[in-house]
Amino acid sequence: MPDTLRHYLIIAVPLLIVMAVLPSVYSNHLLLFNFVIFFILAQGVNIIYGFTGYLPFGYVGFFGAGAYGFAIMVMHLNAPAPLAVLVGGAVAVVLGLILTPLLRLAGAYFSIANLAAALAVLHLVANPALEQITKGPYGVALNGTFNPTMAYAGGILILALTLGIVVYLKNSSFGLALQAVREDSFSASMSGVNVVKMRTVAWLASALVAGLAGGVFAWYVSVFYPDNVFSADFSIFAIVFALFGGVATISGPLIGVIILYGIYNLIGFTTPQYFQLIYGLLIMALVLFLPAGLVSLATRRGWYVP
Amino acid sequence: MLYPLVAGVLFGLYFSLVGIGLNLVFGVMRIVNLAHGDFLMLGAFVAFGIYTAAGLDPLVGIPVAFALFCVAGLLLYWVLVPRLQRARDPEMLSFILFFGFSQVIEALTTIVFGTSERSIPSRQLASSLAGIRASLFGGEATNGPFRIFGLSFPASWVVAATVSVIAIICVYLYLYRTRLGTLTRAVMSRRDEAVATGINVDRVSAAAFGIGLGLAAVAGVFAPFMFGSFTPAFGIDATVTSFVVVVLGSLGNPLGTALGGVVYGVSYMLVQTYLSSWADLLPYVLLIAILLLRPSGLLGRRVRVA
Repeated sequence: MPDTLRHYLIIAVPLLIVMAVLPSVYSNHLLLFNFVIFFILAQGVNIIYGFTGYLPFGYVGFFGAGAYGFAIMVMHLNAPAPLAVLVGGAVAVVLGLILTPLLRLAGAYFSIANLAAALAVLHLVANPALEQITKGPYGVALNGTFNPTMAYAGGILILALTLGIVVYLKNSSFGLALQAVREDSFSASMSGVNVVKMRTVAWLASALVAGLAGGVFAWYVSVFYPDNVFSADFSIFAIVFALFGGVATISGPLIGVIILYGIYNLIGFTTPQYFQLIYGLLIMALVLFLPAGLVSLATRRGWYVP
Repeated sequence: MLYPLVAGVLFGLYFSLVGIGLNLVFGVMRIVNLAHGDFLMLGAFVAFGIYTAAGLDPLVGIPVAFALFCVAGLLLYWVLVPRLQRARDPEMLSFILFFGFSQVIEALTTIVFGTSERSIPSRQLASSLAGIRASLFGGEATNGPFRIFGLSFPASWVVAATVSVIAIICVYLYLYRTRLGTLTRAVMSRRDEAVATGINVDRVSAAAFGIGLGLAAVAGVFAPFMFGSFTPAFGIDATVTSFVVVVLGSLGNPLGTALGGVVYGVSYMLVQTYLSSWADLLPYVLLIAILLLRPSGLLGRRVRVA
């Protein structure tokens, strides 16, 4: 499919090259790594929300599950880090399978249940009764696998995979069928779309990339607490970034991350309340004045945005 | 066994007051008010202000908070909601809009009041009633513990539960015995048909929004006593708890919310007593289980299945 290839070449490849080269010219590697993580998470939200209309308010559950999958593999089985990252992704997919029944819920109910599920996983992991396995609320320290350079490279690979999934969804009949389900699941099923199977596949793909991102995040930081990797900020930032740019496109979520996460880091953390205030106002303005995201400024004029 | 049961019922009645405003707003407008808990927190500040600035019984805060936030709700409605409902997917966008709003409230409150925990001595609540009680039933004019079935409970719990029952009865009377209430129920069951029959949906919704926020603030007046203390950041936990209570009961039915609150309160107290390290998990697991097993709530019609 030429369009698929073209989109991957003009959007994904330049981004990947820039992100791969930047660490050698810019010294704040943690910041660059966070950009990579948010590119992945915003696109993960795009896969499930943009194409199927389910808003995953507890998206961080998969991320945290991936991080803890990584940590448990390294702590108890001394697994090599790349394998542990893959296991992190697998753990998130298993969690996604367990939560598949949530897809029966509509609209806000799905979001609330998903939020509750993420909090349930957090409290399970942070439970002092499970200290033997997860180290409970005291956090994990993985000194043996500490290797930020390799972890960053892993992040780039996962970003490449995620972008591949989104480009495929944007250009394939599968992605088109998903959007048909989002608009009107009844009519879609009438025209031969297997609604349940399609939704489940998108849901698991979205869980997979978040779990892999969580694994590679655990690898990069190597010391973390349950509250860090299950922080609701991850879900919310990913959703807001994706929406700000515009979902169901390839470029929208990426633009959202670059602009909003850029602003976030420019304002800085010196006075968190003022930052929170500005961010809250920005989110409200976005919903009230630009509900379809930045790309709608172009699509409104009839331009095609990949 | 008796103690957790009675305490659970008292707490549960209070929790239904916490949830009922959310129920009203979601039922009428299909808007997910993620800032619900923050209005609760502001109500707590009203009680705190009345106690520290004027030295009055925090019970005085109830009418003050209700009136204040009713008006605030009416104003907010006209600023936010009509614009929101023109968007393509208002239910999902309201999630994000009110998340942003909750950030703004939390940030402003933190800027004004700081992050320290605040509390009000529990015997101050209903101190004005204690004198009346003493003159009627004899005994001393202090606000000591209440005795139920030979067990003693803090007077503040009993007062909060009583006020909650009164508030729920008022909501019931409003919905089933007044003209505006009948119109409200019409909008709840079928919005488009209500518009078609010439009901002024905006007016009805604005009233429901105002009452919803007012009730949240009234619940907030008791928050310092029921939770021990409060900070500007406690809104989000209160929001999740409210969701649990509302979903446990059912939408648009104040009696359902009361039942949901009591079920939640009793099970919370039982888990707290017998399996305390798992108590944090309970609200979330309960929420998911109810959503999946009985999506319409304990007393509801089928409305939620996708």
